[in-house]
Amino acid sequence: MSRKLLLTHDNVPNLHTIDVYRSKGGYASVEKALKKMTPEEIVEEVKKSGLRGRGGAGFPTGMKWSFLAKPEGVARYLVCNADESEPGTFKDRYLMERNPHLLIEGMITSSYALGANTSYIYIRGEYFYVSRILETAVAEAYAKGWLGKNILGTGYNLDLYVHVGAGAYICGEETALLESLEGKRGNPRIKPPFPAIAGLYGCPTVVNNVETIAAVVPIVNDGGDEYAKIGIGRSTGTKLISASGNINRPGVYEIEMGVPVEEFIFSDEYCGGIANGKRMKACVPGGSSVPILPDYLVCKTATGEDRLMSYESLADGGFATGSMLGSGGFIVYDEHQCVVRNTWNFSRFYHHESCGQCSPCREGTGWMERVLHRLEKGLGNMNDIDLLVELARKIEGNTICPLGDAAAWPVAAAIKHFRHEFEYHVLYPEKVKDSKHGHKEPIMPVKLAPVMA
Amino acid sequence: MSAHAHGTQHFDETKRANVKFSAAALTTIEGLLKRFPEGKSKSALLPVLHVAQAEGDGWLSPEVMDYVAELMGLQSIEVFEVASFYSMYNLTPIGKCQLEVCRTSSCWARGAEDIIEYISKKLNIREGETTTDGMFTLKTVECLGSCGSAPMLQCGAEYHENLTEARVDDLIERYRNEGTRKNYTDLIYTNSK
Repeated sequence: MSRKLLLTHDNVPNLHTIDVYRSKGGYASVEKALKKMTPEEIVEEVKKSGLRGRGGAGFPTGMKWSFLAKPEGVARYLVCNADESEPGTFKDRYLMERNPHLLIEGMITSSYALGANTSYIYIRGEYFYVSRILETAVAEAYAKGWLGKNILGTGYNLDLYVHVGAGAYICGEETALLESLEGKRGNPRIKPPFPAIAGLYGCPTVVNNVETIAAVVPIVNDGGDEYAKIGIGRSTGTKLISASGNINRPGVYEIEMGVPVEEFIFSDEYCGGIANGKRMKACVPGGSSVPILPDYLVCKTATGEDRLMSYESLADGGFATGSMLGSGGFIVYDEHQCVVRNTWNFSRFYHHESCGQCSPCREGTGWMERVLHRLEKGLGNMNDIDLLVELARKIEGNTICPLGDAAAWPVAAAIKHFRHEFEYHVLYPEKVKDSKHGHKEPIMPVKLAPVMA
Repeated sequence: MSAHAHGTQHFDETKRANVKFSAAALTTIEGLLKRFPEGKSKSALLPVLHVAQAEGDGWLSPEVMDYVAELMGLQSIEVFEVASFYSMYNLTPIGKCQLEVCRTSSCWARGAEDIIEYISKKLNIREGETTTDGMFTLKTVECLGSCGSAPMLQCGAEYHENLTEARVDDLIERYRNEGTRKNYTDLIYTNSK
């Protein structure tokens, strides 16, 4: 049984109300931080904890915080990235819905550490009802004196606002999010300067994911060293995993970093195995942007070691035989799912969500979608498969933000591991005409043994 | 980028003169503008447009966008360029209930295509179309963060999860009986219209 830090009181009724939250020890980190710690000490604890950004990139949070410029007389901002849009990811929504005060508590403690007096939670527009839950919780926090002027009589002031977006995946990229928060189109900015130097309104800004900010609460309460004891290696602490796809028990699970992937998929504590007695065909372990893994590389690495739920182990083997932990959007596919159709599905997503600013991404994602569509319909030829690989190479690394990479990697990985399935679509067009071809019979037998080059 | 048709609507001076938001909407907008530092009120544009869309029968006409520009001290084009970027703003009229069905991977793997097909047949409309009585619009959208309860759809601020054909039937029946427009902003203020 994994230790829980964020979903500890998950099933307590009315946890979303401030009184119940307080009765479970809520807001203790604010008291400790504001009354007994200096901002620098908090940053130090976060550094010691080894906490890494939970939005997908996994950048060390303490380091990100220490980059924040502190010029005299210039406002600093903390912005929470609640624009959770990575396909397969729904952990932040779950956390905010069940336990909004945990995020607010984390925002207060973190804002104090960074010297911000105004902070924003940017939440995706589709989560409108979640924004209401947050707004209600924010109002409660103001009423009880946890927000506003002179918090706990310490002289520290903080205003916290919930801001809704309007439907754009790209706004999860931090500079696009800031553009959007300024009331503009969500076009990512060229970096440098990084937001730590020039962010919201050109002021020094830190943008952190919901789960990252929530994790600051147990780090301040118990100390960074305690937090770092959980997990494995450089993957410290706990991680929320959004499990979906063809599994028996989809949902959000808080795991200690380092749980074996096999245990995560097949134990009844987590995913509960593959649904309907089928077999696993593939897994996307970290949201749609990370490389897909074929069944034989999901639970074991290429060298035969157990694969673990950690940044390092999931990436073991690089892009040749590994993937990434990403945002923790863990999608499992059974043997009846068509990989070509799924790759097309992802490609359509990226084409739809490309902001249009950089040509390789704007044109390339559309091109990939069209080529994949014709392959999927049985109208492609063998050259199309190589064309896709070529296209992916032309996009990655050639755009302002990582959306281009995110669009290219899944296609490249799908072809690397499931080339036989793409070829099948070319060789047997009559078998893939029906859009549900995968669901009727497995279009290819699940490969049993790894084919290593 | 939004897949809406851009710039297909004509600007009508008479309609523009008649644009008027409800008192509740104006109060909500006033509150939103106060959330940002002096001189940075443009920041409120996205939430303000959500309110404007609810005031404008579920879509942003050129006249409503122009009105918002005046309200916020912006150029019309600043409003349009934002409205045309985000997928939740409708630049053409829609039905009272827009059924936004998620089509992305996790939902797809759990039968979203069947749900889309079922709604399409039941309401006799294709994706992007509105029923002749103006009640329902069918739209397919990208991941709404409900992958663990797939397949799902959103209508206004409501999420409907773990969809089956029977649930879709109930939902459509309920919406038809209620007969009211479903807005994203239904939870933040009541449209007096």
